[in-house]
Amino acid sequence: MRFKFWGVRGSIATPGPKTVRYGGNTTCIEIRGASNELVILDAGTGIFQLGNTLAPEFPININIFLSHTHWDHIQGLPMFSPIFVPGNKITIHGAMDIVSQHSVKEVLSRQMEHAYFPVKETELAAELSYVDLQENDCIEFGETRVTNCLLNHPVLNFGYRVESAGKSLVFTGDHEWPYNIYDQTDPEYGAYQEIINARRQKIIDFFKDVDALIIDTSYDDIEYEQSKVGWGHGTFDKSIAAAKESSVKKCYLTHHEPTRSDDELEDLYFAALERNDISDSDPEFILAKEGVEFLA
Amino acid sequence: MQIIHEDLLAMVEAMPAFPQGVSKVLDLCSKADCSPKDLVSVVERDPVLAMRVLKLVNSPFIGLSQPISSISHGVAYVGMNTIKNIALTVAAIGMLPRENKANFDMDEFLQHSLGTAAVCKRMAGLKGVKETNSADYFLAGLLHDFGKVILVRQMPDQFSEALEEAQKKKLALDAAERMIYKIDHAEIGAVLAAHWALPEGLIRAIRYHHSAGDLSNPSLLEQIVMAGNLVVHRLGFGSSGNYYPAELPKSIIKNLGMNIDEIISAIGDTDSLFADAKAFAST
Repeated sequence: MRFKFWGVRGSIATPGPKTVRYGGNTTCIEIRGASNELVILDAGTGIFQLGNTLAPEFPININIFLSHTHWDHIQGLPMFSPIFVPGNKITIHGAMDIVSQHSVKEVLSRQMEHAYFPVKETELAAELSYVDLQENDCIEFGETRVTNCLLNHPVLNFGYRVESAGKSLVFTGDHEWPYNIYDQTDPEYGAYQEIINARRQKIIDFFKDVDALIIDTSYDDIEYEQSKVGWGHGTFDKSIAAAKESSVKKCYLTHHEPTRSDDELEDLYFAALERNDISDSDPEFILAKEGVEFLA
Repeated sequence: MQIIHEDLLAMVEAMPAFPQGVSKVLDLCSKADCSPKDLVSVVERDPVLAMRVLKLVNSPFIGLSQPISSISHGVAYVGMNTIKNIALTVAAIGMLPRENKANFDMDEFLQHSLGTAAVCKRMAGLKGVKETNSADYFLAGLLHDFGKVILVRQMPDQFSEALEEAQKKKLALDAAERMIYKIDHAEIGAVLAAHWALPEGLIRAIRYHHSAGDLSNPSLLEQIVMAGNLVVHRLGFGSSGNYYPAELPKSIIKNLGMNIDEIISAIGDTDSLFADAKAFAST
């Protein structure tokens, strides 16, 4: 299984000289299964460039899995060229919106309404279909299977586990480790902590032993504690702890904070490796970098 | 009588929450640093808000791998922001009016529901239920009479007739209801809860809160909700419009090892137990 980052930036695209090395596009990951079947995780602005490489394979079958439908994970979709080409089959999987009860199709169609985009969803030439995923659904095509796990973000967010011919990868989408909303002195603290612990264990089990864990690591831990609690994102120390605990082989830290320059990002990364005492027996930790392909 | 049909379900969808809950939700959410635990405490004290959250998080469209039977459990699974947005969506509908055609006192009813919730949670503790599960008992107590909220709103004339008949004939309210409209609030609440795919244990606790004694093997939750309701009636805390409730069946007294009086003395200081319910309902 091969995978390539087409976007690693969180929240908003950040082109410019300070983000040239790691990249400024928002989240998009291309995965090729054992038989070259194409899975795309998230449709941030990075999916535009990916789409432009696919023409030689038309007509093509594409399975897109959206972790969630916040802008930075769907914004590239209207500019993803394969959707305009007849003969292409594109299936978009994701979670419905629990609050409005709108399906993935309804949510995505809205970003192509007249006020936002010149082409309506109904006018797209490719054969598009949509799947509202339920927790623990298993989608299979070719030698590849994709399962999901509900993670923690201000909107429903599925993490995905992609397995193909014995290799495995997990992508979290956006995820903040659930925290106790009660103070230690509150009577509810203990019971809530048990729920949180069970929830964490379920997620660790989902990550367990994968060849590649791609995990939301938006924040430095100090910046998180100071002002980002409840925003729905992970931190260096929490990602490192989870990767160690779930015995993954390699861990790719992604969703880089959009105000961060490449230098600042690397400083935080080196400091986190140092602080967390990474040894030979631990997973390898890698900053996700746009345009770089890896083998799982 | 065909009580549960599409129109009714549609009307229930648009049902506003209690004024106490709505004003607190709007107040909390207007602050930039809306405290999650404060918001949870409001949602889990308003039967309409609580029901709506449970309904959405248990929706088969999402298909969560485990049923969500308490609000805090829901927060841990779908996240605080989702719960907050559901609460705001309900709050935006408006408030349940304090006056209604059935002349049913909604403030007294809210006190009764909150009182039952508190007693059920305390009884669960007395029976050795784990702290993690005690919120399920609280919620089942809160929602046991949800059917009455529906009746007040959708069938006020018939409900009013049942309330009057029960008083006049010294009948349990559920019996008077069955006499007049062939179904009672327990069944109505349970049918809605089932339609919304709420956890099975909660549906059964609502359905059997007047009849757990008829079951061959009632669960602890079913028995505690039935007994908790009667405890709150005996103590005269709030009112659910039922002035002649049936006695707690002997089988349940035996299973729980306590009759109503013994439960009351085991609970201890009911004033402090009800202080929270009183504070919430009286705002």
